[in-house]
Amino acid sequence: MSAGASVATAITGSGALVGYLPIGFPDLATSIDAAVALVENGVDALELGLPYTDPVMDGVAIQKATQQAIANGFRVRDVFTAVEAVRSRVDAPVLVMTYWNPVVQYGVARFADALRDAGGAGLITPDITPDSADDWIAESDRTGLDRVFLAAPSSTDARLDDTVSASRGFVYAVSTMGITGARADLDAKARALVARLRAAGATGPDTIAACVGVGISTPDQVAEVLGYADGAIVGSALVSALAQDGVAGVARLASALSQGK
Amino acid sequence: MSAGIRESLRGLPGPFFGPYGGRFMPESLIAAIDELAAAYEVAKADPAFQEELAELHRSYTGRPSIITEVPRFAEHAGGARVFLKREDLNHTGSHKINNVLGQALLTRRIGKTRVIAETGAGQHGVATATAAALFGLECTIYMGEVDTQRQALNVARMRLLGAEVISVTTGSRTLKDAINEAYREWVTSVDTTNYIFGTAAGPHPFPAMVRDFQSVIGEEARAQLLTAAGRLPDAVVACVGGGSNAIGIFDAFLDDEGVALYGIEAAGDGVDTDKHAASIERGRPGVLHGARSYLLQDEDGQTIESHSISAGLDYPGVGPEHAYLADIGRASYLPATDAEAMEALRLLSRTEGIIPAIESAHALAGALRLGRELGPDGLILVNLSGRGDKDVATAGRWFDLFDEGAVQS
Repeated sequence: MSAGASVATAITGSGALVGYLPIGFPDLATSIDAAVALVENGVDALELGLPYTDPVMDGVAIQKATQQAIANGFRVRDVFTAVEAVRSRVDAPVLVMTYWNPVVQYGVARFADALRDAGGAGLITPDITPDSADDWIAESDRTGLDRVFLAAPSSTDARLDDTVSASRGFVYAVSTMGITGARADLDAKARALVARLRAAGATGPDTIAACVGVGISTPDQVAEVLGYADGAIVGSALVSALAQDGVAGVARLASALSQGK
Repeated sequence: MSAGIRESLRGLPGPFFGPYGGRFMPESLIAAIDELAAAYEVAKADPAFQEELAELHRSYTGRPSIITEVPRFAEHAGGARVFLKREDLNHTGSHKINNVLGQALLTRRIGKTRVIAETGAGQHGVATATAAALFGLECTIYMGEVDTQRQALNVARMRLLGAEVISVTTGSRTLKDAINEAYREWVTSVDTTNYIFGTAAGPHPFPAMVRDFQSVIGEEARAQLLTAAGRLPDAVVACVGGGSNAIGIFDAFLDDEGVALYGIEAAGDGVDTDKHAASIERGRPGVLHGARSYLLQDEDGQTIESHSISAGLDYPGVGPEHAYLADIGRASYLPATDAEAMEALRLLSRTEGIIPAIESAHALAGALRLGRELGPDGLILVNLSGRGDKDVATAGRWFDLFDEGAVQS
């Protein structure tokens, strides 16, 4: 089987809503149902998180969910089960968000093959940068998978250039200097960062898109971000909705968020 | 080996030590890490910086620290001659101040006004809080909740020095998660805040920079021992958690081929149980906290929580230079259990009147074993990396030293 379509296919001129949920929270079957519900309620692309013991870029909501998934027996191979199950039920690209060590231990080539065979679109890698990712760049080239690297308000212009050239699918613009978690006010830094990414060549879906994540939790914030970026990524708010109100709750929030498109 | 063929192993610059090390970090922190690395490269070559640090060590740390021969202790080590490098006598009571003063000077150079740090036993936290007081910097220390309880004295010391101490309640609630939480905080405050990393691990430039700041230990001890014993030691022994005191005393001896180097890892209940912190002995290579090195992990690459009676060694990873030295066979890494370390702690206290930190007691336990192998002709140098005042409550419970009903921390 070939890789699922690149996430770029889901990012249109009007802007995409990207939804994050961790695999295995509260359990594997429910996490699959919840991911499917996101797409059925207007989410254009999925980012499924691989639970890891040391998630240094995540705030409390995602930490709690992923640590519970691990405590419940999450295994890395469940990622491929989840991606394949979601892809068989809905037509949306599925990226996997993972810290690096689980991929290293699985074997970068073996992980890339398994993700491609499951129909996954590629990886988002929050704790490695292109200059530390030679093996992943080679394997993603071999398998055709997307590789989404992060850009931050603190990134130098030279590093933004490198990040834009190394990324495929989209570039993940971190909205603020902080970790994941809902925020009342989105940082003006997000708009400035996207402008800098545009200048570095991420001009939109025709070249490579710039999507904004971290801190987005309301339809108004989605609308605001899509006013200047190609995509808005929502994570912690969806995880909290799933924790509190189950699949129905996460479906309601996804439907509301998609009104911001 | 003929002279001139092998390059020196001393002062390797990083970012890689063989296949280990690197800089696997979130992009949000790269600019700050690059700034620090660049500032350090300039400072390293700047005689004014080196002189300022040396003067601080003379007038504030109390360097050079002495070496002490411990013959009554050595009777239990096969009669070998044993010398201790007395880092316990430094201001703040451990080797940690050597690194902290260097990084505090760098903080001032890059114009930041606040420092954060992780701490396990509290020794690095105390040293950082001390330097922050000395330089007028704001200071926040991240410490696992388990460690705030077993090292309560150091929590009070840090607060007395004006630092904020955050008790970390996530994950293992020990050093590993204190580092995670410090990274998370650093992402939000990196414009004003420098992270003073406490051990020779983490992303480049920390392993090489911390090693450089700690290498004063071995440089002094090598010269002192040549004067006192007339020759180089057969063995240099130090405890290894992240590995900063060990690499600090090893570095000066790396090119002395006749000197065997031993890092003693915390074996907790034993390396064949699931409660230990022997990352090199029982781990395998992976990426944690910004570097590739040996770490305790399951088949999936999830970090396994370490266990040790010593908060300072209770860490599932190890600095990348140690991983490299282990692979090339230049240093050997041996385990010492909680029980062996506590026996060595009591032995040094009773035979020499020196109460070591539980961390350093692991090195002493290793020296007892190595001395018996070397016999009476052996000469052993042990890095006594810290003093045991902070551990008296733990030792009191271990050896049942408290009167019934007495108030204990």
